[in-house]
Amino acid sequence: MNIFNLIRLALRALQRNKLRALLTMLGIIIGVAAVITMMSIGEGSKQSIQSSLSNMGSNMITISPQSNQQGGARTQGSSIQTLTIDDVKALKRDATKISALSPAVSSSGQTIKGALNWPTTIQGVAPEYLDIRKLSVKEGIMFSDDAVRSSAKVCLLGQTVVDNLFSAGEDPVGQTIRFNRIPFQVIGVLSPKGQSSFGQDQDDIILAPYTTVQKRILSRIYFSNVYASAINEDASEAATQEVTSILRESHRLRDSDEDDFRVRTQAELIQTLGSTSSMMTTLLTAVAGISLVIGGIGIMNIMYVSVTERTREIGLRMSIGARGTDILLQFLIEAIMISITGGVIGVLLGVSSSMIVSSTLNWPTVISRSSILLSFIVCAITGIFFGYYPAQKASRLDPIEALRYE
Amino acid sequence: MSKKILEIHDVKREFKMGTEVVRALKGVSFNVEAGEFITIMGSSGSGKTTLLNMLGCLDKPTSGSYLLDGVDIKGLSRDELARLRNHKIGFVFQAYNLLPRTSALENVELPLLYNAAISTKERKERAINALKAVKLDGRFDHTPNQLSGGQQQRVAIARALVNEPVMILADEATGNLDTRTSYEIMALMQELNQQQGKTIVFVTHEPDIAAFSSRTVMLRDGKVQKDTANTNRKSARELLDSLPETDDY
Repeated sequence: MNIFNLIRLALRALQRNKLRALLTMLGIIIGVAAVITMMSIGEGSKQSIQSSLSNMGSNMITISPQSNQQGGARTQGSSIQTLTIDDVKALKRDATKISALSPAVSSSGQTIKGALNWPTTIQGVAPEYLDIRKLSVKEGIMFSDDAVRSSAKVCLLGQTVVDNLFSAGEDPVGQTIRFNRIPFQVIGVLSPKGQSSFGQDQDDIILAPYTTVQKRILSRIYFSNVYASAINEDASEAATQEVTSILRESHRLRDSDEDDFRVRTQAELIQTLGSTSSMMTTLLTAVAGISLVIGGIGIMNIMYVSVTERTREIGLRMSIGARGTDILLQFLIEAIMISITGGVIGVLLGVSSSMIVSSTLNWPTVISRSSILLSFIVCAITGIFFGYYPAQKASRLDPIEALRYE
Repeated sequence: MSKKILEIHDVKREFKMGTEVVRALKGVSFNVEAGEFITIMGSSGSGKTTLLNMLGCLDKPTSGSYLLDGVDIKGLSRDELARLRNHKIGFVFQAYNLLPRTSALENVELPLLYNAAISTKERKERAINALKAVKLDGRFDHTPNQLSGGQQQRVAIARALVNEPVMILADEATGNLDTRTSYEIMALMQELNQQQGKTIVFVTHEPDIAAFSSRTVMLRDGKVQKDTANTNRKSARELLDSLPETDDY
């Protein structure tokens, strides 16, 4: 019997038992729909984390001090005072794979404007910081290199700070605020960036020249971080190595010494977060996958019933010339039909339910072609795997006994 | 001399039931020539069913030889036997064994589906012709439960004819039918035998059915007890005409 007739035969058999076929498919339908929904939610959250990270500057490199061992004693990273202006100068002079560089030093404190006050963080940076972090100025201007040289008491405010210190409609540019009692003139307002993927408010910040923060607020000469931009995303790995070697030289570290700083790229961070969300996706998919297996067992069960029910038919078919293979294929294709039809319905259900999830719960979802393909293949395999044993049982029946079966 | 369709020589068949050996056929020999209408008779336990399975290539003899249309079935594989059944034998069963919820036409097409040499178009044509041969035109789309017992058996006969087998093998084909309908079926069988020259092997235990055939082989205890040509052959058509008209079911 050719494949076309076999498929027709299988469809006919399913048509005769529509409800039973549907109930059998249900396991597969739910399984596939669950797999697709889970994968689309997982993929969606992964992509949203990635996009919010690359929003922060995907080629950003963060250099921070790190504890190393000196004379047997370890020191805490944040208290290390090794990152200085000399390092920044060395990097500016020697690094070729870096397009922008900004030291950073920060301090928290209370800002006051008239009767209003707000606890926030002041970040001392260089003008390049805007490029590195992909920030932009909404109103006013960024401070210049001259302001850095002269440790000018100027600042830019994040939107959250503006909202808390100024009444609605008031223009903050040109006004004076005080941070820890030191007066700063507001020369600009930053465009809002919203929450970071870690739930941190990125607009609750004040930017000022790093020299101002170092000298006038903290009285220190070292930096808490240095931010840099690799010339492009692909170069961030090479830039990391370059930065490392320049800083080792600048810190006069011997070959046997550990680094006393740490260079991290954004790509690394993306990877770390991506792997967490991948793990979640894998777990969710595994749970959904179990329901596929259960669906498969349902198919196996119903195919066994079907074989028993149609023993006489099998006997008849054999007596008029059906070979074992013909019978095997007949039942196998029937099982595959159930699983694939279930798969198609499941895909449709999965796609629509992830659309519902994204529109009602506002969760980002991404339906990937691979998840659809994957669940399809899994369906076909489920059909073959769980349909084979009943089909084999049918094909091995003795026609004499099958014909007389009551 | 006409062609031999069946050549059965000293066929024995034994079954092992635990430690006991049951000898169902103890050496059966007879030949059937093309165009014969032979009935095989015997009481239950005579080996009738075992012989039928053997003739239908569903079973193989323990010893002895069985040639169907010149082919020795000894040494054939399961698949080769299936092919032989498909090409050479048309089965008619007591319980019709039609596929439920499937039209008459599709039921008749069924054997041809297992014959790769036949195209879809030819399959349909031959099925239509077979149904016409059993006088069921206009019932092509009826499913078995829309047909009477006699009609169902005629569909089954059409199914047996469609592959143009060398032999029609009927197993108590009138067993489920009333007198009138079984005469109708026998009249059809006789027509197929006499007008189209089909070889028919009819297994039955009813003596009046045997009277329609040209020869009767009587089995008893796994052996041929009697093998007689029927000199006084009755016509089912005439008998049918003589039945009272009021006998309406």
